[in-house]
Parts: sequence; C-alpha cells; structure tokens
Amino acid sequence: MAKKRLIQAVNEALHEEMARDPRVILFGEDVKVGLFGDTKGLADAFGGDRVMNTPICETLMTGMAVGAAAAGWRPVCHLMFANFIYTGFDAIANQAAKLRYMFGGQTKLPLVYMATMGAGRSSAAQHSDVPYPAVMNLGGVKVVVPSTPADAKGLLKAAIRDDDPVMFLVPSRRGGESGDVPDGDHVVPLGRGDVKREGGDATVVAIGSMVKPALRAAELAAKDGISIEVVDPRTLFPLDTGTILASVRKTGRLVVVDEARMTCSAASEIAATVAEQAFGALKAPVARVAVRDVAIPFAPVLENAVLPDETSVLDAVRKVMGARA
Amino acid sequence: MASPGTDTLLALYERMVLIRRMEERLSEVAKSGELPGAVHLTIGQEAVATGLCAHLTDDDWIASNHRGHGHFLAKGGDPNAMIAEIFGRETGICRGRGGSMHVADFGRGILGANGIVGGGIGLACGAALGAKLDGRGRVSAVFFGDGASNQGIVAEAMNLATRWSLPLVMVCENNGYGEFSPSATVTSGEIWRRAQPYGMAAEQVDGNDVVAVWEACERAVGRARAGQGPTMLEARTYRWHGHVESEKSFLAAPYRSDDEVEQWKRRDPIRLLADRLAAAGAAATLPAIDARVDAVVERAYAQALADPLPSAGSAFEGMFAHG
Repeated sequence: MAKKRLIQAVNEALHEEMARDPRVILFGEDVKVGLFGDTKGLADAFGGDRVMNTPICETLMTGMAVGAAAAGWRPVCHLMFANFIYTGFDAIANQAAKLRYMFGGQTKLPLVYMATMGAGRSSAAQHSDVPYPAVMNLGGVKVVVPSTPADAKGLLKAAIRDDDPVMFLVPSRRGGESGDVPDGDHVVPLGRGDVKREGGDATVVAIGSMVKPALRAAELAAKDGISIEVVDPRTLFPLDTGTILASVRKTGRLVVVDEARMTCSAASEIAATVAEQAFGALKAPVARVAVRDVAIPFAPVLENAVLPDETSVLDAVRKVMGARA
Repeated sequence: MASPGTDTLLALYERMVLIRRMEERLSEVAKSGELPGAVHLTIGQEAVATGLCAHLTDDDWIASNHRGHGHFLAKGGDPNAMIAEIFGRETGICRGRGGSMHVADFGRGILGANGIVGGGIGLACGAALGAKLDGRGRVSAVFFGDGASNQGIVAEAMNLATRWSLPLVMVCENNGYGEFSPSATVTSGEIWRRAQPYGMAAEQVDGNDVVAVWEACERAVGRARAGQGPTMLEARTYRWHGHVESEKSFLAAPYRSDDEVEQWKRRDPIRLLADRLAAAGAAATLPAIDARVDAVVERAYAQALADPLPSAGSAFEGMFAHG
C-alpha cells in the first residue's frame, strides 16, 4: 500500500496491463509525451509498435479502435480531453456501441476509450465537460468514472481486460486526488458501486470529482448530528442500482451529486431509478446537485459559481432532512 | 504485370453473376413488399468488389458500406445466410439484428456493411493497424463511394495510413451519384488525385472492366502485403438501380436520364467479361456457370423464407459479450 496521485495510479495500470498482455496497444495524440502523466514511460517500456502517437484525428482514431479490436487487439484509445470525445463520437456511437449487437454477436470488441475530464482548471467550455451522460445513453459502451487512485487503477485494469467497449473517464485535474493504492494486481470489477462512508440519515450518491466534496459535506453534516452515507457508483453504465437502492432503503433520503449539466445527467438517471424502485422508502423528495444548464466558464469566480461544492451538497442534504415526513 | 488467366476469369465471372442474380431477385422481392426495410443494390458495380476480393483470403479484412451485398458475396460470404439476414431471420448472418445494410461475417474477414457513410474507413484502418502489428502480411481494404469521399475521415485515413505505412487498400466506387446528387455537383476535383499529395499510391481504373480492376488490385494488394503502404483506387462505375429500391415512390422527378442508364448498361461489366471469355474460346463454359449460380440463388431464397424468425424476447440479448 502506497500513497499515490490518481494519475500515477492510471499510469501504473497501463504499465501493468501492457506487460501482462502483449495484445494491449495504446494510441492517441501525444501519448508518448503524456500531457497528463498517465501515459508516462509507456513508449520506452513497450516500444513504438505498441504505443503510438497519432495525428490529431479523433474521427478516425475512435473508428480505428473498433477495427483493431475486431482484428484481435486490445486497443486503448486516448482522447486526451474528454470534450474531444464529441469530435470522435460518430464511431463511438455508431460503431463501438452497435457492432456487436448489430452483427448478431459475431465479434467481441475489447477496447477502451480514455480521457481526462472535468472543470476547475480555468480551461473554459471546450476543455471542461464530463460527457458521460451522452455515452451512458448509447447502451453498448460501459462507462467508468473512478474517484480515488485505488479505484482508478483497479477499474482501468478491469476495463482493459473487459471484452466490450469501455469509456474510462478520469477526473484528474492537477493529477487528481491522492490516496492509498494497494500493491499487486489490484482489479476492481466493473458495474459495482462502493460505499465510501457509511451513515444512516441520508444517502449522497456522488460521481467522480464530486465524491470529495460529498465526503467533506458529510463531515460538516456530522457536526450537526446528521449521518450521511456516501455512495460512489464508479461504473455509470451498467449502473449498480442494487448498492444505491439498498442505501436509500436504509436512509430514506437521497441527494445525487454530479458534475454534468442537470438535463439528462447521470444524477437524473439515478434519481429516476430510485423514484421508480424505492419510492416507498423515501421520506423526502430526491434532490439533484449538478451544474445548471450552462457551459463551463473561464474566470475562476464564474467557474466556481457553476460547479457543485461541499456547500451546495450540504444545502441539499439539509433540504432533504428538513423535508422529513 | 500478371493478367488473369482463363480459369481466374471464369471464377470472376461466376462471382459477378452470383452478385447480379442474387440482387435481381432481391429487386423483384422488394417490389412485392415482402422485405422489411430498405435495400441498396449494387447491380452494375459487380466488377469492383469481385476484382479486389479475388486477391484476398479469409485472413484479410474488408469493410463495406450501405451498398454491401456485392462485397459480402465477393469476399466469400454465405449467400443463404445473407438472404436470411435480409429477410430478418434467426438464421441470418447477423441473426436478424442487422439486415441488408449490415451483413457481416467476421470469420471471413468481413467487418460488415455499414450504414454510416465513411464509417467503414475507420474500421478498415484499425484492422490494417492490427495486420501491420501481426506482421503476417495480412491486408485490410475498404469500399466507399464518391459520396463518402467527401467525408473528413477520408483525409484523416489517407494521412495516417500513409504516415504509418498501413497495409490498406481504399477503393472508391465512384458510381456518379451520392444518393440523388450527381457527384459533379458536390465533389471538387478527381477523387483518386486527392491521395497524391499525401504521397499515397493512387490509380483510377475502369470499374466496369473486371480485368482492369483485378490488375490494379493486384498491384495495390501486393504493395500492402509487402509492407509498402496504402493505395487509393478510384473505380469509375455505375449503379443501374436507384440509390434505394423504393426511391421511385418518393422522388418527385428523376435525377438521371434513361439515356444515361442505357449507355452504362451497354457497358455491362458481366457482358464485357463474357465477351472476353468468348474471345478466349470459353463461351461454351458459361451456361453451366449460369445454371449453377441460379441454383444457388434459388436455394438461398427458398431457404430464407422457410427459416425461423428470431424470438421477440431475444431482442434484449447480446449487447455485451458476457450477458
């Protein structure tokens, strides 16, 4: 067990999986340089045949990942900033998400699209999105969003070993969170949420970069005598509804915190699922904390104004507590 | 440079007649309203698919487009499984999940007909990357139309495939129309020449002359197998039928003249090949081939109609590899 930044954990997972399986290849823009540090040292360790700098051509790259996977490889296609997923979205939506089903199960498509995502860097509207809601709706691409270094490492290893397309989105601004990472072959299965803090009065489901403010809000709420359970879904599609529903049935209250824009956010999906399947357990209406439907602005004062933080989470918690039936 | 011998020409002839007869029958069936969905027929363009695929094995890859029956059959796809797919049967090559626009056979290196114009290009490039990394001399090819040539992915592919020296053959079947738009009204310059500034080998070929296609593809596939990089081929050809079989029901006015269609029919690729075979003294062999093909077609349609439909509940299976 050693303390690491999230980006280092991602880097370790790539090193270990490329060493483990010679069919794992990595390509993307400047992966040999590694803008974020997540691809550091891979080209030296595994050579230019397996670690390839592509031209800037997301439309082609995302399709190539599908073709290479169909041809028997396990490509990791690095898209750098998550907003660039939109540029390459055609093949993600129309090829990766569809071919296995559309061709009657003839092929497996073991591929990973990865990118760093999220706001908080004054990167403005075109470098700050968390585009997982759009990918969740495709149906054929698994969506993974880790919040801790240990989960990032374990989930990426599982994603690379998975036989289906996986979108691995990392909230790694400034290297991401720090945390303990288990030694050895640490694999976290896809599709399983994790209770990051146990509590009895209200459930806060928090995604990616929102887990940390949710945990801080839980600390603050504890001072008021409110016991918060924080659930991190870790995989957004397929969603571990069991863990979320079990928590809500225990606490009777739900706040969902999401860095996505509110409309059709992951928070909306989670809220709807709970409303459908655990309505009887709810003591208060579900609350969503998400970015209002605006683009992410540049100036720090504006950016901070649109992003959820521990204060907005705490406000929502108080709201669901105050609405006690 | 080798030219195809009589045996090769006879094999090309049989494949082209198979594609033609399968689709002529499909056109009749489409008129009867028995088919779910739309069909895009390749009648008139048979020489391009056949001339390329003659150089490929099951270990090589092709990616196709919405007009993909000919590519599927030329690459050795099973006629029964293709027709069953077009009829939406459980026995179809995609178990009725794909239909006409998505016939695929990964066991034979057919990455599928593709409904996204230009969509096959990324797949073929990825398979070409895999082939290069395998180091076994495998080749990946993609068929796309003059319409797709204006998609940005074509430029991206020419750049990357040349820079990485991928074993890729990009075949533009220029049939003169992107859907209902004459190519000349939407396309600047000559398509094959676009490859030249990338340093990519490029040729234009008469797409109705299967021998010319076969020869150009021998060069292109040979370069790819030898690790000498990609080739762009533009094959000029023509589809005798519409963009889609049902088009007369919704088009207010014709977008091409009867004269033009008749002119191209006079350059029927199958007739041109039959004439060549006759000149080589092989005319007497052709009726037996025609009869053999007719039997294959007859069997495929009879079988497809007798085959079971998928169970409705199975619609929810198979998005992912494990459940």
